[in-house]
Amino acid sequence: MTVHPILAALRRHKAGVSLIVLQIALTLAIVCNAVFIIGQRIERLNRPTGIDESNLIKISQAWVGAPSGDDAASIEKLDALQRTDLDTLRSLPDVKEVAASESLPLSGIIWSSDISLSPEDKGLTAQSAYYYGDEHLRSTLGLHLIAGRDFNAGDILHHTIRSTDVSPVIIVAKPVADKLFPQGDALGKTVYLDGKKPSTIVGIVEQLQTPTTASWGNPFAYNSVLLPVRLDGTSASYAIRTRPGREQAVMHEARKALLAVNPMRIMPDAWGIQSFSDIRAKAYRADRGMAILMGTVCLILLGVTAAGIVGLTSFWVGQRHRQIGVRRALGARRIDILHYFQIENLMIAGIGVVLGVLLAVGLNLWLMAHYEMARIPLFYMTAAVLAMLALGQAAVFVPARRASNVPPVVATRAA
Amino acid sequence: MFAYYLDLALRSLMRNKALTILMVLAIALGIGASMTTLTVLHVLSGDPLPGKSAQLYYPQVDPQDIKGMQPNKEPPDQVTLIDGLNLLHAGRADHQALMSGGSVPLQPEQSSLDPFYVEARYTTADFFAMFDAPFLYGRGWTEADGEAKAREVVIAKSLNDKLFAGANSVGRTLRMAGTSFRVVGVLDSWQPNPHFYDLNTGSYAYGEQVFLPLQTMLELRLDRNGSTDCWGNGGGGVGSILPSDSCVWLQFWAQLDSPAKAAAYKEFLVHYSQDQKTLGRFQRAPNVRLRNVMQWLDYQMVVPDDVRLQNGLAFGFLLVCLVNTVGLMLAKFMRRSAELGVRRALGASRRALFAQLLIESGVVGLVGGIGGLLLAMFGLWLVRQRPSDYAALAHLDMSMLFTTFVLAVCATLLAGLLPAWRACQIAPALQLKSN
Repeated sequence: MTVHPILAALRRHKAGVSLIVLQIALTLAIVCNAVFIIGQRIERLNRPTGIDESNLIKISQAWVGAPSGDDAASIEKLDALQRTDLDTLRSLPDVKEVAASESLPLSGIIWSSDISLSPEDKGLTAQSAYYYGDEHLRSTLGLHLIAGRDFNAGDILHHTIRSTDVSPVIIVAKPVADKLFPQGDALGKTVYLDGKKPSTIVGIVEQLQTPTTASWGNPFAYNSVLLPVRLDGTSASYAIRTRPGREQAVMHEARKALLAVNPMRIMPDAWGIQSFSDIRAKAYRADRGMAILMGTVCLILLGVTAAGIVGLTSFWVGQRHRQIGVRRALGARRIDILHYFQIENLMIAGIGVVLGVLLAVGLNLWLMAHYEMARIPLFYMTAAVLAMLALGQAAVFVPARRASNVPPVVATRAA
Repeated sequence: MFAYYLDLALRSLMRNKALTILMVLAIALGIGASMTTLTVLHVLSGDPLPGKSAQLYYPQVDPQDIKGMQPNKEPPDQVTLIDGLNLLHAGRADHQALMSGGSVPLQPEQSSLDPFYVEARYTTADFFAMFDAPFLYGRGWTEADGEAKAREVVIAKSLNDKLFAGANSVGRTLRMAGTSFRVVGVLDSWQPNPHFYDLNTGSYAYGEQVFLPLQTMLELRLDRNGSTDCWGNGGGGVGSILPSDSCVWLQFWAQLDSPAKAAAYKEFLVHYSQDQKTLGRFQRAPNVRLRNVMQWLDYQMVVPDDVRLQNGLAFGFLLVCLVNTVGLMLAKFMRRSAELGVRRALGASRRALFAQLLIESGVVGLVGGIGGLLLAMFGLWLVRQRPSDYAALAHLDMSMLFTTFVLAVCATLLAGLLPAWRACQIAPALQLKSN
C-alpha cells in the first residue's frame, strides 16, 4: 500500500487533521508531565525512614499545672513526672520497650542545627536534625547500629530544650559520619554541636530520616543525630514498641494507665496517641491526594482524546462511504481498507507525538523554572509516546472496521 | 428567527445523540475541573482583610551576626524581642503590634469539661484596632494594662459559646496555665484567611481562641509555638523557655495610612538599623524590608505549589476538551454540507447560516456549562472531604458561579467559530450537484 493516497486525502481535511494533531500533542505533553509528577510523589511516599515502623506507637501529652521548668527544682519535678510515665508504660502487658523520644521521622517536630569539625565554624559542617531520647531510644525505634555502641543509662542527661548543657556523647546516622569524615573513621572522633559544644561520636546507625518532609528539609533529609537527653518540659513524648499486632490494645491501655497515674494531662485524640502508620498516613496525605487527582485527570484526558479520535474518524468514514465502496469494487480487500485507516491514524498520531514531545519538554522546562521539578527522564517520554500511538490505534479500530465492512455494491448506488 | 435556529440546533443535536453527549461531557468535565481548581486558588490567594490590607505593613530588619552574610539576602522573617519592643515603643506608625503565637492549657470551671489546649495569640493593645477585629462584647485591653502585665484576656466567639453558652462573659474568670485571667472582651467570628499575621501556625483556617497581652506572656513564661531562628550564641535565653536576643521569634505589624508614611517608615527602619549598628548590637549594614499584606503573602509563597499545579493541569485539560469539541463540531458541520447547500440555494445568507451554526454550538456550551457547574460543585465537595487545612474554605461564590457560565459559553462559542466559518464557505451549486 502506498502512502500517497492517504496524504492526498489528509490534505483535503487540513483543519480536522490539525485539530486532532494538536489534541494528541497537548494530551501527550500534559499526561507525560503529570505522570512524571505522580512518579515522583510515589517515590517520595516510599522513602524509608530507617526505623522499624510496624508495632510502633508515639504518645504526646502535656501536664496541666506542671511547673514551668525555670529553676533546677522544677526541672527535677518535671523529670520525675516523665520517669513515672515511662515506668507506667513499661509495666503494661504487650509492651516490649519504651523510650523517652521527643520526635519521630515524619512527625514534623524538628530541632536542627549545624554539626562541625571545629568550634570556630571553620571546615566541614553538616546540618542535622536532633533526636532527643534516653538509652532505650535506638532499640525502641529499631535503628540498625553499624558501628560503636548504644547509649547506656549513665550517658543520659535531662534538661530543658533551651539548656546550654552539652551531651559528651552522641550517636550519628551514617550520612552525617560520611559527610564529616569521608575516610570512614568517624567513630570516636569529636565534633561540635551547634558549632561550639564538643561531643564524641560513640555510635553510628545505618539510616534515620529527619522528622520533616517539608521541602526545606530536603538538603539534609537523612542527617540525623541521637542525643542522650530526656527533654524536660510541661509536655513529653514517648515511643513504644509493642508485641506484634498489639498496637490497638496498647494504645487503649496506655491512655487508661497514664490517666490513672495522673489525670491532669492533655492527650487529645488528634495527636495524643498515634500509631506510626497513622503518622505516616498524615505526613504523606497531601502527596497521595495529589497523585490520585493527577492520575484521575490523566485517565479522563486520555478518554476524551480517544473519544475525539473515534468521533472524527467515524465522520471521515461516513463521508468517504462511497469512495470506500468504489475501492472495494475495484478489488481492494477488507484488510486494505482497515489498514488504510490505521496507517492514516498512525501518521496523524506520529505528527502529534513529535509535536507533543516538544511541548512536553517545554512544559517540563517551565515547571522546572517555577516549581520543584526534575528533568523528565527519557524513559517517561518513550513510554508516553508509545502509549499515545497505542491509544490512537485502539481508538481508530472500531470506525476502521466499520469502514472495512462497507460492501462493494455501494459504488453502484447514488450517494 | 432565533427560536427557529434554536429549533434547528436542537434537531441537529438530537440526530447525533452520541456525539452531542460526547461534546457536552467533554465541555462539562473541562469546565468542572478548571472551575474547581480555580475556586480553590481564588480562595487561597484571597485578600485576608479587604480594604485594609494595603495599609498594613510587615517591617523586617536584620539583626544577625556577620557569619553567613551574603549581599542582597533577605532579612529574617521575624524579629527579636528587643527589636520588636524598640519598634513598638518608638510608635512611629499609626498603629503597631508585636505578637507571637502559642497554646495554653485551659481548665474550665465546669467539671464536665476536661482540660484542653487553646490556641493563643500573645500581642499588644493595638492588635484589635489595627486588624479590624470585631468585638461582640467588651473591648481589648489598653496599652497601660498591657505594660502592667494585666491578667486580662480577649476570647473568640467559639470559646465563649463553649464555656459561657454565648452569654456576655466580660468580667468572668478564665483559668489558663495555672493563672486566673479576667475576660475583658469577646470577639465576633473573625478568622482572616490566609492567617497572614503569623504564617508559622499554618496558613489557612487557623484561628486563635484567646488573645493575651504579650508582656503577661513574657512574665508567666507561657509556652509558644511557631518558628524560632537563632544565630551565634542563640541557644540559651530569658529564663529557660523564652528564646534569647539572638533569636527571631515574634511578628511585628505596622499600620501606615499613606504611601508617604510608608516611605518615611522605611527610612526610619534604616536609621534604626544604623543606630543599632553604632551601638554594636547589629553587625550588618542596614538591610530592611517593608511589605504590605499582599506583598508579604506573595513573598512567603503562601498558596501551596500543589494547588497551582492542579490549576494548571485543569486548564490544560479544559484546553484539550475544547480542541476536541472544535474537531468534532467541524466534522459535524462539514457533514451537513448538503443541508447547508440547500439552505443557501433557497436564499439563506452566509450570515444566517453562521448564526444558526453558532447557536448550535452555544447550546452545547450552555448545557456543558450547567454540567460543568454541577461537576464543580461535586469537585469542591470532594476537596472539602480532603484533610488539608484549607479544605473547609472551598466554596463556590457568586463571582465564581458567574465566571463558570461565561467561561463555558464563551469557550464553546469560540470553539464553534472556526467550524461554522468553514461550513459557510460552501459553494451551494457544488453541493446540490453532487446530490
